[in-house]
Amino acid sequence: MPRKLPATDVVIIGLGWTGSIMAYELAEAGLAVTAIERGPWRNTATDHPPGYAADELRYRIRHELFLRPEQTTFTFRNKMNQTALPIRSWGAFMPPNGVGGGGVHWNAETWRFLPSDFVARTHLTERYGAGFLPGDMTIQDWGVTYDDLEPHYDRFEYLCGTSGQAGNIKGQILDGGNPFEGPRSRAYPNPPQEQPFGATLFAKAARGVGYKPFPQPSGNMSRAYQNPLGIRLGPCTYCGFCEWFGCGNYSKATPQTTILPALLRKPNFSARDNSEVTRINLDASGKRATGVTFVDTDGNEWEQPAELVILSAYTIFNVQLLLLSGIGKPYDPNANSGVVGRNFTHQTTSDVVSFFDPAKFVFNPFIASGAIGTCIDEFNGDNFDHGPHGFVGGGYIGQVQTNGRPIETAPVPPGTPRWGAQWKKAVKDNYQSALKPGTGVHGSMYSYRDVYLDLDTFYKDRFGRPLVRITMDFHDNEIKQNKFLTDRFAEIFQAMGARQVVKEYRKGPYDITKYQTTHLCGGAIMGTDPSTSALNRYLQNWDVPNLFVSGASAFPQNPGYNPTGTVAALAYWAAAAIRKRYLKNPGQLIDG
Amino acid sequence: MVNRRSFLISAAFWFAGSTSLTRASVVRDHMPWSPFPSSAPNDARPGPWQFFTANEARVVEALADRIIPPDSDTPGGKDAGCAVFIDRQLKGPYGSAAGLYQFGPYLKGTKEQGPQSELSPAELYRKGLAALDRYCKVSLGQAFDQLSADQQDNTLKKLEAGEIKFDGVDAQGFFDALLKDVPEGFFSDPIHGGNRDMVGWRMIGFPGIRYDYRDWVGRHNERYPHPPVSIAGRADWTPHKS
Amino acid sequence: AGPQDFAAVERGRYLVVAADCGSCHTLPGSDHSFAGDRAIETPFGYLAAPNITPDQQTGIGSWTDEQFDAAVRQGRSRNGARLYPAMPFPYYSRMSRQDVSDIRAYLNTIEPANNAVVVNRLPFPLNLRSAMIVWDALYFTPGEFRPDASKLAEWNRGAYLVQGPAHCGACHTPKTFLGGDKTSEFLRGYTLQGWTAPDITSGQGALRDWSADEIATYLESGHNTYAAAAGLMGEVIELSTSKLTDSDIKAMAAYLKDVSGAPAEGSPAADQDILAAGGAIYQDLCVACHRRDGHGVPNMFPNLAEAATVKTADPTSVVRVLLQGAQTAATDRERTAPAMPAFGWQLNDAQIAAVATYVRDHFGKAPAVSEAQVKNERVAREPIDL
Repeated sequence: MPRKLPATDVVIIGLGWTGSIMAYELAEAGLAVTAIERGPWRNTATDHPPGYAADELRYRIRHELFLRPEQTTFTFRNKMNQTALPIRSWGAFMPPNGVGGGGVHWNAETWRFLPSDFVARTHLTERYGAGFLPGDMTIQDWGVTYDDLEPHYDRFEYLCGTSGQAGNIKGQILDGGNPFEGPRSRAYPNPPQEQPFGATLFAKAARGVGYKPFPQPSGNMSRAYQNPLGIRLGPCTYCGFCEWFGCGNYSKATPQTTILPALLRKPNFSARDNSEVTRINLDASGKRATGVTFVDTDGNEWEQPAELVILSAYTIFNVQLLLLSGIGKPYDPNANSGVVGRNFTHQTTSDVVSFFDPAKFVFNPFIASGAIGTCIDEFNGDNFDHGPHGFVGGGYIGQVQTNGRPIETAPVPPGTPRWGAQWKKAVKDNYQSALKPGTGVHGSMYSYRDVYLDLDTFYKDRFGRPLVRITMDFHDNEIKQNKFLTDRFAEIFQAMGARQVVKEYRKGPYDITKYQTTHLCGGAIMGTDPSTSALNRYLQNWDVPNLFVSGASAFPQNPGYNPTGTVAALAYWAAAAIRKRYLKNPGQLIDG
Repeated sequence: MVNRRSFLISAAFWFAGSTSLTRASVVRDHMPWSPFPSSAPNDARPGPWQFFTANEARVVEALADRIIPPDSDTPGGKDAGCAVFIDRQLKGPYGSAAGLYQFGPYLKGTKEQGPQSELSPAELYRKGLAALDRYCKVSLGQAFDQLSADQQDNTLKKLEAGEIKFDGVDAQGFFDALLKDVPEGFFSDPIHGGNRDMVGWRMIGFPGIRYDYRDWVGRHNERYPHPPVSIAGRADWTPHKS
Repeated sequence: AGPQDFAAVERGRYLVVAADCGSCHTLPGSDHSFAGDRAIETPFGYLAAPNITPDQQTGIGSWTDEQFDAAVRQGRSRNGARLYPAMPFPYYSRMSRQDVSDIRAYLNTIEPANNAVVVNRLPFPLNLRSAMIVWDALYFTPGEFRPDASKLAEWNRGAYLVQGPAHCGACHTPKTFLGGDKTSEFLRGYTLQGWTAPDITSGQGALRDWSADEIATYLESGHNTYAAAAGLMGEVIELSTSKLTDSDIKAMAAYLKDVSGAPAEGSPAADQDILAAGGAIYQDLCVACHRRDGHGVPNMFPNLAEAATVKTADPTSVVRVLLQGAQTAATDRERTAPAMPAFGWQLNDAQIAAVATYVRDHFGKAPAVSEAQVKNERVAREPIDL
């Protein structure tokens, strides 16, 4: 029987990116805010200082900053007719754990989605006709537009001190930026990061092939920066231990380096770490949340009463808590009914590894950052004519040198034995003269009827609750998309002078053991129809009006960009709606 | 009369009521901070095998030297400490699969569903090494470490190709573990027991834990000249006596 | 209470911040302000700050204003017993009777907290208060601040604050062996509680190159182009100086720029082998934050060429920061509170000494740090079994 704590105005589940944004915005509005985070506090100087942050084994291989499957995990199957088995150790994605969430160990590749992405079904149906889309593809319009979100994208970019070159300011296309991006109200707060050799060569070759390359928008500081909350970040030193790691320099935009110091100064805010919310509590009617129940590391169970519940626990945990709390109707793929668990997506990624003449090319791959590199966006979204190709969606492609860490990144040419003297020599000969982008092809994944989340019928977590079951596989659309993009990518490396270009296409079935970003999306999607979405356009739960759900779980499908910019923009959008409308008149936020 | 031998133990008891960062806490007012790092690494201790028996260790060293053979410039896996690395890893949480989901039942799944083995890495190595030993003694009359290099390579090729079956343990799974762990040991920070004197990093020109390349990002196509640095440092950090 | 009282309460609130009463009388993290119990280190051992809430039984609720004034400005408790100068009454003596009355007015609005505090934790016989009679005779000169007519009002306001309520010299002025101020070496630096409060004489001393604005920025935010406040000074800034008016801060800065100290002395050449090792460590571990040239990042990572703690003869703070790290102050103006990571786990005594020597020689022309000094400091942060 949980012990009851004094009531608060707002309880926030998970103090990651969106939880931190929500906390700040609502505390700023004067509400008493309590955030409850499953994992430990993460501090730059005491948790990942330069002295030991650069330990590839500890953080990349042994996954120290991520969730332990022992804490909770998921079961996985490709098809509905298979028996789902538990993910006993992480492979395809890395769920976060600890204050800052995925924002601690992300790359800081900070993108906006295309305007057409928010009206995907309408846009694609209009351009290609309804029949062009596969019958089992369940993509939807979001209910919000790019223009709705633009001010909020702007806030996040300035919060993060995003380094980049604008390509479209209020419709004005700028050289050196991305001409395909939606119009922004102003330039990035910081200039692009200086680019290493490989990215510079890529840009030159891409231009030579007729594309418009631009530096990837980066949350790694190109210079010292103070954000609008008065918090300072230091310049990125290109340490090469960004993705999967914590930054030792205060140089990467994270909740800790951009929000939390300011948030903690608010007397109306407090946080609990190492405390896992196990349930969102409802009143007798089942239509109003009364707070949450959580368990601390001593095993004590507590109830935190609250007037407003913000569920910001990362995509799949959002869905888990909705399912376990009995909020919203679970999705049934056979009946195609229910909303929780529906439209679950990931990211369709692949790579091209290129080998150059060692006598002429020295790339120093270790001089890297999470988001350093040059990209082209010609083949993202609907930036090109899909008609002839027979697929929809796309992605950006780029030489993004995220690291030169040798366990992860020691490429050898095809045909090299996997071990022995020849392997050793090949590693030595190619390390400095090969290019292996962190994620070269970053493609979209659109939603399907038979790709969804529900509760496993057998496996349990340590509290005895059923694990979330993932049913996920690639469909032809994404396989085609990937081949197309990968081929285009390879052409550029050919043009760069590589003497061997190796295409690593993504092939089916979807493999839970191969890392493919941690961009899990959907499952509690937003929309304008309560029968096909869990949330309204303000991320408010249709069934429980004092519950708002943030994160990529709201995405009806996943476009060809990293999600966090949009995740954050939606959080700011929702927070604004709460502050301007909900607080004055609690209840369903309906647009007349 | 007081000696400091059990200080750690006694301090732990004395402060048993103190919370640490592994326990739940409430944070307000300030970003939480305390002197000293919260999670500085534990260096692998030198000395004899912690997980392997002496016989097992000799075989793992021999395996390491075939997976990564010595050459004129760079030592092989044995001298680089790859076996020590694996030994320490198997003794620790990696070996016991600590933190992984370990509730049963364990069922056979598809490749895409990931590993479902009940065997922890420690168990896999125990069984795998025992099976390899039996195989070698039966088929070749000697323990693996006593075979010629060619015999060792041939044995490994057969393992890789699935031509050798073991009882009670997946032979290819064992080989795959070796193929993952030996290079990991060769390229991990020396504090973990392998990559002795950073030989793996020197081989490829990786600078280790250096954290600042601002002055180098713009120096395109220039080889980085500075020696590698481990978490435990490098020789030049120690003042020489004049 | 009447409107006059309200004004007094508000003035008192400000003065309580300026005099930093809460830094000693409020336990960090406690829900009960001014309820006491914080351990105050003195050269003679530890005292617990008393409960100064209006609680009748365990606080000062039943004290008269005269008794309160005597405690704050004369160092006498209600029963006439002498207070230890850990309570900075020698500095508060410079305040006016009016100021102290305002403080009392504000304290009377604090919620009473019932917390019986055993103040005296000094070892016998240091726990005997009668000894304070001698100390007072030797070192305590009562009396309110007298303005210097030859100086501007800003200078006088700064002097009043620095010499009085803000009690800067309590940490920054050297002490005699009995714990009294060496008035002739005002603000020339002192080490206490494992931190060196550096020489902050800004006319000719360690802060010569700091402008009045930089000093003001430091006091207001805990950070400026050159330095970042941690430890004891971080607390002074967070609880006191960051909450003062711009004019008061500028006044203090103006006054400080007029306080001269001795120019920095040259240091003997440090051992070249040690400098080489220190330089190697600096290149491998330190430049990411402090940069090759030591200039750091303004308002985040100190400029090692201009930080007083690097230039000060006593290396205690430098060694401490290297051994165990330090978190800097967070204020409304500078919220980031970046921390220096600890290196004591990674570098041995010789290596800490080498990199400290390199930094102090290369950037500050300060004396070398010996391995023994590092060992002492490391030991000082450990408990000692006897």
